[in-house]
Amino acid sequence: MRSTSETEGLTVYLAMALIPACVLCIFYIYPLLRILIISFTEPSVGFGNYVDIASSSVIRKVIGTTLWICSLSTLVALFFGYLLSYAILHASPGWQRWMVTAVLLSFWVSILIRAFAWIALLQTRGIVNEAMQSIGLTDAPVQLIRNQIGVVIGMVHYLIPTAVMPLLASMRNIDDRYVMAARGLGSSPFHAFRKIYFPLTLPGVFSAGILVFIFSIGFYVTPALLGGGRVTMLAEYIAVQVSHTLAWGQGTALAASILAMVLILLIVMARIANFKKMFGAVK
Amino acid sequence: MKRGRLSTGQFAVFGSAWIVICFLVLPLFVVVPVSLTPERFLSLPSGEISFTHYRELLEDASWRRSALDSAIVAFSSSFLAIALGTSAAIGCWRLSSTAGEAIRILMLTPMIVPSIVHALGMYRVWAEFGLLDTYPGLIIAYAMKGIPYVVVSVSVALANFDLRLEQAARSLGAAPFQAVRLTLLPNIWPGAVAGGILSFAIAWDEIVVALFLTRRAIYTLPRKIWDGIQDNVSPTIAAIGVILICATICAVLLKILWDRWSARRFGHAT
Repeated sequence: MRSTSETEGLTVYLAMALIPACVLCIFYIYPLLRILIISFTEPSVGFGNYVDIASSSVIRKVIGTTLWICSLSTLVALFFGYLLSYAILHASPGWQRWMVTAVLLSFWVSILIRAFAWIALLQTRGIVNEAMQSIGLTDAPVQLIRNQIGVVIGMVHYLIPTAVMPLLASMRNIDDRYVMAARGLGSSPFHAFRKIYFPLTLPGVFSAGILVFIFSIGFYVTPALLGGGRVTMLAEYIAVQVSHTLAWGQGTALAASILAMVLILLIVMARIANFKKMFGAVK
Repeated sequence: MKRGRLSTGQFAVFGSAWIVICFLVLPLFVVVPVSLTPERFLSLPSGEISFTHYRELLEDASWRRSALDSAIVAFSSSFLAIALGTSAAIGCWRLSSTAGEAIRILMLTPMIVPSIVHALGMYRVWAEFGLLDTYPGLIIAYAMKGIPYVVVSVSVALANFDLRLEQAARSLGAAPFQAVRLTLLPNIWPGAVAGGILSFAIAWDEIVVALFLTRRAIYTLPRKIWDGIQDNVSPTIAAIGVILICATICAVLLKILWDRWSARRFGHAT
C-alpha cells in the first residue's frame, strides 16, 4: 500500500519535471539545433560556411571589433563594478540600501531607453558636447556616438550592474578577519588589501568577468543604436546577413560559433567558481 | 569599521563608488528635460517648457496599441513561465539528484544563450509551425526566456521548505497533487511570483526576438521605440522614456517593500 503510493507520488513528480522539459525541448532546444543543422546544410552540405567565416576578411574584422569592444567593456565594467561592490559591502547599512537601490534602478530601466538617453547626451549637438564647448574644453563638437567610444560607454553602463551582482555575492563570503589579522600584524590598509583581500576575491572576479563577457558577446541593441552602423558587432552582422542578404548558412554558422564560445566560457567558469552560488544558490 | 571618521583611502573608495553610481543613474534622467522641449528634435528646453510630446503619446492610437500588445504578451508569457517553471522546479526537487539536476540545467539554458542565437532559430522554426507574427508565437518565445528565472527563484524557496510537511500530508491520506497544492504551494508562491515578475520585465523590454518574430500584426512597445529611434529621433521617445523610468522606480520601491514583508512573513527574501 505504502510503496504503491510512493511510486504514484514519484510518477507525479516525474511528470511535473518532464512536461515543462519537453515543452522547452520543442520550443527552445529544437530551434537551437536547427541553427546548428542549417549552418552545415545551407547553401551546400559540409563545413563550407565555417571555412568562409575563417577566410572572409569582412567577418574577421567584425569578430575582431566584437572581441576588442567586449574585452574592453568587460574590463572597465569589472574595475568599476569591483570598486562599487567593495564600497557597498563596507558601507553602513543605511547607505548600503541606497547604493543597492541605485544599482537595481539602472539595471531595470529599459535597455532601449538607456541607449536613447546616451544618444541624447552624446550626439554632436547633445548635452555633453554643449557643456564641453561652453566651459571652453573644446571648440568644435566631438564625435562621441556612431563610433567605438559611444558603444563602449553604452555597454559599460549596461554591464556594471551585471558585474556588481556576482561580485557582491562572492565578496560576501570573504572573511574580513583575515584583513584585520594582517592589519593587526602591522600591515598598511592598502598592503593588506593587495596581499590578502584582493587575492581572495580573484575567483569571484574571474567568474563575474566571464559572465559579463558572455552577456556582452551577444549584444545587439547598444552597438546597433550607439554604433550607428559604423561599429558592426557580431549580433548586428548576423541580423543583417539573414534579413538583407538572406545568407542563412553564414548567419547560422556565426550564431553557432557564438554559442560554442559561450559554452566553452561556461565550462571554464564552472571550473573556477561554484555555479550554484553564482545563480543564486539553486540548492 | 569606525563610523564618522574616514581615512583618505576609504574616502577615495567611497567617493569613486558614488561617482560610479552617478554614472549609472544620472544619464537616465536626461530624458526628463528632453521630453519637455517644445522642439521637434532632441534638445533641451531653452526657457519654454512644453507637454506636446506627452500629448502626442496620449493622442496617437499606435502608442496605445503597442502598450496593449506588450501588456498582453508580457502577462501571458509570464503566466506560462510561472506554470512551467514552478512545475519543473518542484519535479526536479523531488526526483533523484542526477535526473533532477540534469533537467534543471536544461531548464536554465535560455538564461545564458545570447538572444540573437535563439531569435534566429525561432524565426526558422516558427515559420514552419505557422507561429510567425502571431500572439501565441511571441508569447511562447518569451515564456521560454522566462522559465529559468522562475526555476531559480522557486528552487530557492523550495530549499527553505520543510519536506516533512508534505510527507505528513501524504501520510494523512492526501493524494500527491493534493499534498503539493495544500502544503507546498502556500510556502513557495512568493518565489514563483518573484520569478514571474522577472520574466514579465524581460518580455516587456525584449527587442531582438520581437524584431525576428513579428512583422505588423503584433507591434510591441520596444519595437515601436526601436523604430522611433531608428527613423527620426523625436522627443516623443523621451516622453515614453520618462513614463517607463517612473514605472521602474515604482517597481524597484515595491520590490524593496516586498522583500521586507516576505522576509518577515516567510523568513527569507525572494
